Amino acid sequence: MSKKLESSFKNMLIVLTTISLVSALALGSVYNLTKEPIELAKKEKQENAIREVLPEHTRLGTADSVYLKGLVQPFVVYLAYNNEDFVGAAVQSYTNNGFSGEIKVMVGFDAAGNIVNYAVLEQAETPGLGTKIVDWFKTEKGKQNILGMNGSSEQLKVTKDGGEVDAITAATISSRAFLESVKLAYAAYNDNYDVVLGATSLYDEKNTTSSEESFNQEQHDETPDQKPVVSESDKE
Amino acid sequence: MAGNSNIKTLLNGIIKENPVFVLLLGMCPTLGTTSSAINGLGMGLATTFVLVASNVVISLLKNLIPDKVRIPSFIVVVATFVTLVEMVMQAYVPALYESLGLFIPLIVVNCIVLGRAEAFAAKNTVFKSFLDGLGMGLGFSLALTILGSARELLGTGKVFSLTIFAEQYGMLIFVLAPGAFIALAYLIAVFNRLLKKTE
Repeated sequence: MSKKLESSFKNMLIVLTTISLVSALALGSVYNLTKEPIELAKKEKQENAIREVLPEHTRLGTADSVYLKGLVQPFVVYLAYNNEDFVGAAVQSYTNNGFSGEIKVMVGFDAAGNIVNYAVLEQAETPGLGTKIVDWFKTEKGKQNILGMNGSSEQLKVTKDGGEVDAITAATISSRAFLESVKLAYAAYNDNYDVVLGATSLYDEKNTTSSEESFNQEQHDETPDQKPVVSESDKE
Repeated sequence: MAGNSNIKTLLNGIIKENPVFVLLLGMCPTLGTTSSAINGLGMGLATTFVLVASNVVISLLKNLIPDKVRIPSFIVVVATFVTLVEMVMQAYVPALYESLGLFIPLIVVNCIVLGRAEAFAAKNTVFKSFLDGLGMGLGFSLALTILGSARELLGTGKVFSLTIFAEQYGMLIFVLAPGAFIALAYLIAVFNRLLKKTE
């Protein structure tokens, strides 16, 4: 065996620097190699989830990010169309109130806001208890199935909180958090659904201006000509 | 003679100095990831790769690394391999990556890896270090797979997701953290009894 390198300042500096540089080089190249497959895998998972939760559709609209009041991260809404008819939307929703942190779900709604299906994207709940959220609320048994319920329904709560949904045995916190994320998904969906209507009214504006005005008067409070009034009341 | 001692080095990690059952090293991933057999096996193989790679590299570099900076050097080498495993796993087996999650980066501080680097690779030849890393890694994988199978079977009635008996007869506690301690203790007792017999 040859002798070990002496622990002089110069030697230590050179060796550590070289090792770090070689490591950095290796990591950088592997990062570049795996970057694409990682993104592909993530995208595929998300696309599968979207397909799973949506009603039959021919194409997806662009993904919109919806920010709900008081929440930092956006909810992503994927609108689905059958040819040109709006058939529903998949909403990527989340909540931080799970038993072990964040739960990410994809919830699909039809055009009337009824829940079509859901898929749990990420969760860290207790194995064997909270992890049952993955299929518990799709199972036709007692009052645990939420598919077909309307997102606006007051019954979309666990029975303990006065709702009509059976919570998972021994995992009420996870159940509550899951239903909350579904509720939030509906809120985001509703927000975006209005945008879709707005887009239609813009289309009307080009053709028939008068009907557009009356439509705005009736349905929307925040038409451009009403905005000054709003800001004045803000000043007071 | 030489071949004999090589086999000894290899078997040393699997049986006589099994990291989990005998040395009781790396308890954090052992208890944390063995909620199912496949998770235990995945964690074991990831650790094996890191052990082998870091053992080889460190025994190659052992004369170039000054004594006073050996620990930081070892850690950098180990951390590099762990990050490589993490990225490759995330790219090609995303399902496993998700279920092991946080425990992959934690291989960096797994005491087996640094322990073998310091106690074996820094003093032995490249080939011996390779065998030692392989043996230790396989021993670790074996232990984790056995523990994972036992917990999965007792907790959910399945082994490697194959149903052995109906899930409602399973004892949920074995999938949870306390069950890990209980199962591990019994397995260590059984392993030591068998080891005594063979002596």
